[in-house]
Amino acid sequence: MAIRRKFDTKAAEGDMTAMIDMVFQLIIFFMVLINFSQDDQNQSIKLPTSELAKPAEAPLENPIVINLAFNGSVYMGPETATIAGLRPLLELEASVLKSKGKGTKDANIIIRSDANTAGGMVQELIKKCQESGYEKFALRAKEEIGQ
Amino acid sequence: MKFKSRSNEKVEMQLTSMIDIIFLLLIFFVMTFKIAAQEGDFNIRMPIGGGSGAADNTNLPIKLRLRSNTDGELVDIVVDETRSFGNDFSKLRAFILQQTGGNAPPSPEEGPEVEIDLDYNLRYSHVISAISTVTGQRQGDQIQRLVERIKFAPPRKPQ
Repeated sequence: MAIRRKFDTKAAEGDMTAMIDMVFQLIIFFMVLINFSQDDQNQSIKLPTSELAKPAEAPLENPIVINLAFNGSVYMGPETATIAGLRPLLELEASVLKSKGKGTKDANIIIRSDANTAGGMVQELIKKCQESGYEKFALRAKEEIGQ
Repeated sequence: MKFKSRSNEKVEMQLTSMIDIIFLLLIFFVMTFKIAAQEGDFNIRMPIGGGSGAADNTNLPIKLRLRSNTDGELVDIVVDETRSFGNDFSKLRAFILQQTGGNAPPSPEEGPEVEIDLDYNLRYSHVISAISTVTGQRQGDQIQRLVERIKFAPPRKPQ
């Protein structure tokens, strides 16, 4: 008795449409939620929380983000310094501002300090920035969830 | 001339490479995805001269003294060197509400000013709590502004 071949030699192909639809939806979801603006944030710093901390409606002009760790280390972008040795970095920022036709008075220093840092260190940091001519500061806090 | 008729066979696109790239994109976005709470700022204007840069300097600032123990915990909130609120921020807010009448300042450069004088060791989270208490209060989704002008006293020496 001749046995009929059950399968065709052609490769069996499933319908990919539904899977591709789902994958595209997932990609769109993650693309919308991704936040590249967190690149200047040091993730080792745990910000204090506040019920009033809400993102500003308009971004601050000429922002300079300074991260202050618990041990007093200061992180400005890729650079690491101490509060006492911050002046060269601040002067570098001042020269960048000058090249844009702005001054240190136009800059906003955003201080991202760890919740457990001594408050006096933050004061010292502000004083150091004042000595370099900066006068606008923003103390950053995390929104308190569960209010 | 005789034309060859098209066969009815379904024309299928080769999807393998596209699916490969789509999966790579998906993996990239999944790996870089972070759930983070939103962040906000408390604005402080402090020129080196000392004042807050405000035009109205007729009123003296409310002096807010924050005392800490050696561990950096808040032990006492003293206003104008006379009123002590312990470590109770709700009493401080009641005092600020009384001072401002619960009204928001007409502009960020006007209204009462608060000068915060803190012990060097005081943990920064307590400083933010004090600033938060003085700046305003949340009423549902709205924020009622109370004091916009905040400055720091010169830093004290470490204990």
